[in-house]
Amino acid sequence: MITSKSLPDKIFDWVISIVLLLLGLSTLLPLINTLAVSLSSKAAVSGGMVTLLPVGFNLSAYTYIMQDSRFWRAFMVSVERVVLGGLLNFVLAVLTAFPLSRETKDFPLRNVLMWLFVFGMVLNVGLVPWFLTINLYNLIDTIWALVLPTALPIWNVVILMNYFRGIPKELDEAARIDGANPWQVLWHIYVPTSLPALATITLFSIVGHWNSFFDGLILMNNPDNYPLQTYIQQLVIAERSILNSGQAQLLSKLSNNTLNAAKLFIAMLPILMVYPLLQQYFIRGITLGAVKE
Amino acid sequence: MFKKSDSAWYTLMVLPGFILLVAFTFVPLVYSVIAFQKFNPALGIQGSPWVGLDNFAMLFRIPDARVVFTNTLFIASMKIILLEVVAIIFALLLNDLRFIPLKKAVQTMVYLTHFLSWVILAGILRSILARGGLVNDFLAIFSIKPIYFLGNPDVFPWVLIGSEVWKEFGFEAIVYLAALTAINPNLYEAAEMDGAGRFQKMWYVSIPGIAPTIVLMISLGIGSVLNAGFDQIFNLYSPIVYTTGDIIDTYVYRVGLTQGLYSLGTAVGLLKTVVSLILIGISYLAANKLANYRIF
Repeated sequence: MITSKSLPDKIFDWVISIVLLLLGLSTLLPLINTLAVSLSSKAAVSGGMVTLLPVGFNLSAYTYIMQDSRFWRAFMVSVERVVLGGLLNFVLAVLTAFPLSRETKDFPLRNVLMWLFVFGMVLNVGLVPWFLTINLYNLIDTIWALVLPTALPIWNVVILMNYFRGIPKELDEAARIDGANPWQVLWHIYVPTSLPALATITLFSIVGHWNSFFDGLILMNNPDNYPLQTYIQQLVIAERSILNSGQAQLLSKLSNNTLNAAKLFIAMLPILMVYPLLQQYFIRGITLGAVKE
Repeated sequence: MFKKSDSAWYTLMVLPGFILLVAFTFVPLVYSVIAFQKFNPALGIQGSPWVGLDNFAMLFRIPDARVVFTNTLFIASMKIILLEVVAIIFALLLNDLRFIPLKKAVQTMVYLTHFLSWVILAGILRSILARGGLVNDFLAIFSIKPIYFLGNPDVFPWVLIGSEVWKEFGFEAIVYLAALTAINPNLYEAAEMDGAGRFQKMWYVSIPGIAPTIVLMISLGIGSVLNAGFDQIFNLYSPIVYTTGDIIDTYVYRVGLTQGLYSLGTAVGLLKTVVSLILIGISYLAANKLANYRIF
């Protein structure tokens, strides 16, 4: 029987604390296990002895990867696509969102364009014609195949457009009276006042570019052009070996699991590094999407 | 104050985006006419013979199509339902947690998986779900026999559903946490005065308070019941589990690109495009009517 009011309350507190902690750990432990495996000896890993701490600590997987030119080539392709793709996403989101945030009386085409863009956003175009189109443009095996098809982030355009609409019109009008043209209004007023929103959408497009693997797989015929996620996908998931004989010899000293875990961990690292920033911004990013009335 | 020169500026600014929209969305849409052809890349659209609805007729004859369609619907709808249930429970519990450092720590842990790619997570899952992997080792403590998570067709769809929930529940909970903070604290006080306990406060105050958000998320989910999660399944499945794990998108990839049956792949894709568009229309209307949702 309940004797004091606070006792069941305390138990309840403990129960939810434990449940939440377990839920949190369920997402964290597999990642820690990967790190531990990557730092363990071959024998310990094949014996299934590694859980959360490295057994037979050594860095040989990482020294191996340091010398693996294919891994770093793929890494650099990813860096290139993140920089180029992120930049394109940023510029196009700003350039497209600004005219769409205007009133129809100032920009008569606004409504027609808005519907076309939204239609384009919800239209789930088929994989085969999408591939054939990119093939038609001769983009296969170039970095442009990885950045141009996704250069226009329509959802970000919508978010940014809603944000621009929330900026007081007085700022705009004052600049116009001083003789500024729309281009100057955009870069001197709208862009500086929307920096938090711009940072959020840019961060999201960077993560998107880093994580994308499928376009690399189908749009790159030459494995040398694979971005990192595609390279890892082929190696770890499809278990397709793209090694030369020298590497194969080195590999015999390492456990495949250890090496894979190290590769997965290095591929995760950039995300872990921007994660504090992401966490700071993404809640804002989600509420940005809402229309305030 | 309408100025003609302003309008010209705006048109110029929107032009690059519009060109990309045409080049990578509308041109592929036009290219979809090869669904009505026996497309041969060497001949192109102009040279390939037209076959009317043959590809679609074939689609309805092959047994694969039905399997793939039902798998997609099952996996996608179970994902939507279970993801929302777990996210709601998680948000309710987290909202009730008074120990702030733990709250922050848990939040930091659960959002991370959302930002990791399915390539990486599948790599991790393949290792921990393997025969001698972490999960089977753990189950062995309770003398449960090893489960072939990725090789048993009966288990595989649940691995997909479970791992999707695992990856996304934290992030999905953010909208519910935001809705919970918007509930007027007076309502909780009033409930307390009436003698409500913590469960009762959740049931009679919190849940009704986030009901519009629940309705919204479910409505928006309707639009994605044909997207069962290509990236995830592509990185976890294998021919042994095609019977229960193959979905429209993976099927289109194999048939259309790997086997080079361009027209058949396009036909499947086009059907999906059309049905998806209708579903998204319905989901948006529902979200708009039931939860006053608008995107612009």
